Amino acid sequence: MNNHYQLLVIGGGPAGLAAATTAAERGVTCALLDEQPTPGGQIYRAIEAIPEQRAKLLGPEYLRGRKLVNEFRQSAAEYFPETQVWSIDKEHQAGLLHNHQAHFITADQIIIASGAMERPVPFPGWTLPGVMQAGAGQILFKSAGIVPDNGVVLAGSGPLLLLLAWQYLHAGVEIRVLLDVTPFANHLQALPELPRALLAYRYLSKGIAYQLELKRAGIPIMFGVSDLTAEGNERLQRVRFSHAGKRKSIVSELLLTHFGVIPHIWLTQAAGCKHRWDNSQQCWRPELDDWGNTDIEGILVAGDGAGIYGARAAEHAGRLAGLQVLSALNVISRQERDQLSRKDRKRLHEERHIRPFLEAYFHLPDNLLATPGNDTIVCRCEEVTAGQIREAVAAGHENSNQVKFFTRCGMGPCQGRQCANAVAHIVADARGKSVAETGLFRGRPPVSPLTLGQLAQLPKKGTA
Amino acid sequence: MSSDVIIIGGGLMGASTALQLAMRGCRCIVLEKDSPGRHSSGVSAGGLRQLNRDPAEIPLTVEAAKMWRNIEALLDSDCDARFPGQLRIAENAADMEKLERRAALVRSLGYQHEEMIDRDELYRLVPALSPHCVGGLICREDGYARPYHALTAFRRKAQAQGAEFRSDTKVHSLRKKSGAWHVRTSQGIFNAPILVNCAGAWAKAIAGMLDEPVPLTPKALMLMVTERLPHFVDPVMGAASRKLSFKQMQNGTLIIGGALLAKLDFAREKTEIDWLRLTESAATVLRFFPQLKNVRIVRAWAGIEAFMPDNIPVISASQTCSNAYHAFGFSAHGFQLSPVIGRILSELILDGRSTLPIEPCHIGRFNNMEKQ
Repeated sequence: MNNHYQLLVIGGGPAGLAAATTAAERGVTCALLDEQPTPGGQIYRAIEAIPEQRAKLLGPEYLRGRKLVNEFRQSAAEYFPETQVWSIDKEHQAGLLHNHQAHFITADQIIIASGAMERPVPFPGWTLPGVMQAGAGQILFKSAGIVPDNGVVLAGSGPLLLLLAWQYLHAGVEIRVLLDVTPFANHLQALPELPRALLAYRYLSKGIAYQLELKRAGIPIMFGVSDLTAEGNERLQRVRFSHAGKRKSIVSELLLTHFGVIPHIWLTQAAGCKHRWDNSQQCWRPELDDWGNTDIEGILVAGDGAGIYGARAAEHAGRLAGLQVLSALNVISRQERDQLSRKDRKRLHEERHIRPFLEAYFHLPDNLLATPGNDTIVCRCEEVTAGQIREAVAAGHENSNQVKFFTRCGMGPCQGRQCANAVAHIVADARGKSVAETGLFRGRPPVSPLTLGQLAQLPKKGTA
Repeated sequence: MSSDVIIIGGGLMGASTALQLAMRGCRCIVLEKDSPGRHSSGVSAGGLRQLNRDPAEIPLTVEAAKMWRNIEALLDSDCDARFPGQLRIAENAADMEKLERRAALVRSLGYQHEEMIDRDELYRLVPALSPHCVGGLICREDGYARPYHALTAFRRKAQAQGAEFRSDTKVHSLRKKSGAWHVRTSQGIFNAPILVNCAGAWAKAIAGMLDEPVPLTPKALMLMVTERLPHFVDPVMGAASRKLSFKQMQNGTLIIGGALLAKLDFAREKTEIDWLRLTESAATVLRFFPQLKNVRIVRAWAGIEAFMPDNIPVISASQTCSNAYHAFGFSAHGFQLSPVIGRILSELILDGRSTLPIEPCHIGRFNNMEKQ
């Protein structure tokens, strides 16, 4: 690893791979850092090593990752897997952990392609063993072929929940019930967005096909579910919920939940980039121009880390960011950049057709995001309940950060990644304010943990 | 909006002053430009330290220590205060000599709170310490509390006594008109006959509005906190000849500081951790506790604080305007003093004099310096 690159790409998913390949093909020195052991990101996880049988179960969209990874492998971009970035600053210096050693490297341009994470939504019983996020189920399936062998309840909202159900159905998993918490009112709200979504009929028809197939296979699907509760002594025993005006329950040792995905903003936050609350996507996202430039010169974001548009859109955004970097480095002219970007910009626009519809259709109710019930734990690290957060607000702590100081909510090892949004929603709800006003936890580095020994041995600049 | 006293700054000193004045029947309003404790008051290391204070601060710190012992009676909250002692470690004979001179100085001033300990006593108190140390200087009554909790307790008790706090209220200008201060802010005009400047790192700007220049420098000191560990150390520790502040909190986390400066953009009120400097803190900790090598750092941060050239605060009536008072420039060791500062200011304002000696903290000490 060198001390300096012209381009540093953080993240090995579709956006990062496309960006690095685009830049490296034009002779720019480029390093791609990724936490995972192999390229592909969450979406194309284990794409190079997966057995054919399992790959088929994951569907044609998954296989699309092969081409992307192959092109990246053939490029001159240097690849550093299992590397964590723990700091990044406006001077383009990144602190990283590689082979358990801390280093600093610098770059002329940095593209952050940190991707998305599942939206954590605390509900009663969500911390019981046996309750997991659907993404964890997908990781086990993609990387090791592990599926639940004792039946599963799926609950939540969003396209990924449907996809996982479809994948499990084909892998022979017993799905006891799929509980969809999407409110019926959303159907109407989403209607005005339908015409544009029809332009993306490929996605729409796939969603409908998945649903039909699940129905045909006899998987019970309940819509308009609310008051989801996980119950059990020591571990999950049953799932309770309200449906069609009645309180119901189902026995299960495993509950996989999914409430949509949100951008992974911890690196852009650490760099000090400006963020805004997006009410449609119900998440914080960095403020960018059409090329992915943040408000900090030379720091760009591409892919779902910039806002949720999916894997294909991420690939196009990655290429656009790569072209922008080439232009900023004077490798190509602005005219060439504009010329070369046409196809990707058109595709990116097409990929976004479906989004307003999906965002309206799967919009989660505020009362779900504001953690109903005072006993529910919101911060798992510090074991802070929704009730304690409401008490802090009542005691005059007016925003997320004050609540954090007072309750320690968000001060544990996960740095508030799991509770930041829930806290903002609870405080906003309690004060009758918007989430944008309530605010996001201020980022406190390191972005990922670093030991005292690693910090003490950090080489001075230029000796990494 | 009018009151008896306007206090600028909703940090510890402002809240403490509001509380003491309210307890004596004054109607106070506290104007805070962000939210209470947004900067150094909320994010300090929370040390309750009498050890190694400037002689000018000793009478104040000793009185403050008595107040902290009974803090619950004052604030209806114990602020999570604990008193396991604070300790400065000597690593060699030269360190021991330095500490002995210090102990002799404190004794000569008539105080007994700083005490030399030998190697045996050091390792009895801190068995986990690396074996190379030789002794230390201890103040057994010292300890720590949680700063944001303390700030909240001061604020809430002051509010219960009738004080008002206004967040997001930035002072734009000060004017005196027929014996009353007119304070123009981002949230309208406030009036009161008496004005108190507790604006921390922003106190220089407020003093400037009173035509009273002060050599205040804003700086941001870095701190870091680790994951939780099983309990292994009680006293708060520093070193005789190294920059270190180290303690284990009740929840098992370690708070590590060492007077190291973050990068500060004062105009934008932004701090950035300087990791290359923090390596020094990590190395110092590992020098005393090599067994902590694999402990994970969870968070690092810095709070913006006011530093004076002589590292002691300004606690004083204004020299240029009547009915204006200052308390700022605590130079990163104001937390322990906070209860007593409120009392001193309430005495200055209501009785015309403080019962504690504050002459060395007078704002006039910089007069010549500013003229130069």
